[in-house]
Amino acid sequence: MKRGKPEGRCAAAGALAAAILLGFAVAASADEFTRQDLERWQGEYMAVVKKGEALFHGGLKSTNTVSCDQCHPDAADIHPETYPKFQRQLGRVAVLGEMINWCIMNPLQSKPLALDDPRMVALQAYITFERRGVALAPGKH
Amino acid sequence: MRRPIDRREFLKRGGALLAAGALPMSLVEIAFGKDSGREGFTFAYLSDSHITHVRGREFVRNWDRGLIQAVAEANLLDPRPDFIMYGGDIAQLGKREEIDHGLEILSGLRGEVRYVMGEHDYYLDLGEHWRRRLGPDHYSFRHKGVQFIVLNSILTDDDWTHRRWPSAAERMHQMARLDNPQGSPFMVGEAQRAWLRGELEKVDTDTPLVVFSHSPLQKIYKGWNFWTDDAEQVQALLKPFRKVTVLYGHVHQIQYNQIGNISFHSVMATAWPWPYPQSFVQSPSHLPKLTVPMDRANPFFERDGTGWQFIDLHTGNADVHYLLPDNRNRVVAYDTAAGHPVDREYQDPKRRIPPQTRY
Ligand code: HEC
Ligand SMILES: [Fe+2]
Ligand SMILES: [Fe+2]
Repeated sequence: MKRGKPEGRCAAAGALAAAILLGFAVAASADEFTRQDLERWQGEYMAVVKKGEALFHGGLKSTNTVSCDQCHPDAADIHPETYPKFQRQLGRVAVLGEMINWCIMNPLQSKPLALDDPRMVALQAYITFERRGVALAPGKH
Repeated sequence: MRRPIDRREFLKRGGALLAAGALPMSLVEIAFGKDSGREGFTFAYLSDSHITHVRGREFVRNWDRGLIQAVAEANLLDPRPDFIMYGGDIAQLGKREEIDHGLEILSGLRGEVRYVMGEHDYYLDLGEHWRRRLGPDHYSFRHKGVQFIVLNSILTDDDWTHRRWPSAAERMHQMARLDNPQGSPFMVGEAQRAWLRGELEKVDTDTPLVVFSHSPLQKIYKGWNFWTDDAEQVQALLKPFRKVTVLYGHVHQIQYNQIGNISFHSVMATAWPWPYPQSFVQSPSHLPKLTVPMDRANPFFERDGTGWQFIDLHTGNADVHYLLPDNRNRVVAYDTAAGHPVDREYQDPKRRIPPQTRY
């Protein structure tokens, strides 16, 4: 099973090596997963999408009451499949989160989020979910 | 083909006008095209300001600025438009403060203003404050041989309106969310359709007819209420007339269409632009094939994708001039040979420009 942090992966690989040496596998750390696992992970993901949807529709603190859905119904006119891309207004290649922050700071007149803030992750999960099925087009304006 | 003037040119001429006391000649030409048999006139059209109360005397600056700019520019129109229409959604959440603040800014307009009801003006107190300030929400008037009809097209069924929500504020919040799965489709309704039938019986079918509604009286995308549920029934009532134009707000973008004898044109918001429904890929929608989309907006320029318009009726059909801050203006005018509205610059697919590609 893959884990997020590199140390975790090393530890898992170590445990796996030990397991192989000892001649038995430990199910919990091997890269095997069941249908139930898939369902659970999908559930975890969808819970974050739901959180993102709520943040997008007024749940994110906004000093002027403006919310994302006012200009982006169903997250339309946001194209996560095109990131990273050259953002002419910034003069460099930017990631999706930077443009989310732009809209938080300007139309919402509010404080930007750290790129790994759980709210930022949730917003991206929702925005990307609304574009599911669209082919990746990195760099496209 | 006349080139639309861009905003800088327009304002420069406006400035020159103030300084020199001369008429901006290209506007005169645009307003009263060469061979008009009819007495030419224009009216200005502002819409969708969404004035939003934050707290105390504070309102969202961006939306205030949009309306203030449109009012200032419309006041530079010369020759003066005969009147001004406001297409609905003065307010964001139907609050008194919002309607009053919006009307205070609009009171700077030079000329008589008539109003259309928007859903953001209505669903808090069911239009009570709006009607107290502005009068009935459906009415008709005649001007220089053209019959004008104003409808309240944003009604919905009684159950949703009266029984669904625990409070008026909650009802308003629900209606204010465009992409709301708990939303309810707009309609003109039976009572107003009966009224409309009565009004139209008094009018000769050769009289040019202009109908104002907030929502499109055609079906584009139900999910965002770019939609009026009884659109076909209203269209049927308009069918006997030779020249019919429906002008609507609500969609915050350029749309135009022709269905039988009826030309449809939307107007821009002064507040913010909306995506075209096809950019929401999870659900099919029906933007009229005729429509050349407005440019994608640059979020770094907060007035981008907003604007206002003036409308020339010298032929009895509408020539809609879109005034788009810092963009080239657009003109969508009825083309007699084609029998439908065309964009004077961009209708030919070979003339389209990259920002018009929406996805
Ligand atoms: C006042 C209207 C407005 C509001 C409110 C707003 N945005 Fe935007 N945003 C825009 C416009 C206009 C664009 C440019 C769309 C285009 O490229 O066609 C944009 C672009 C973006 C982009 C870049 C999309 C791309 O494909 O280039 C992201 C990401 C984004 N917005 C996220 C958000 C989020 C998240 C919020 C809420 C925190 C938000 N926006 C609120 C108007 C707004
Ligand atoms: Fe609106
Ligand atoms: Fe509206």
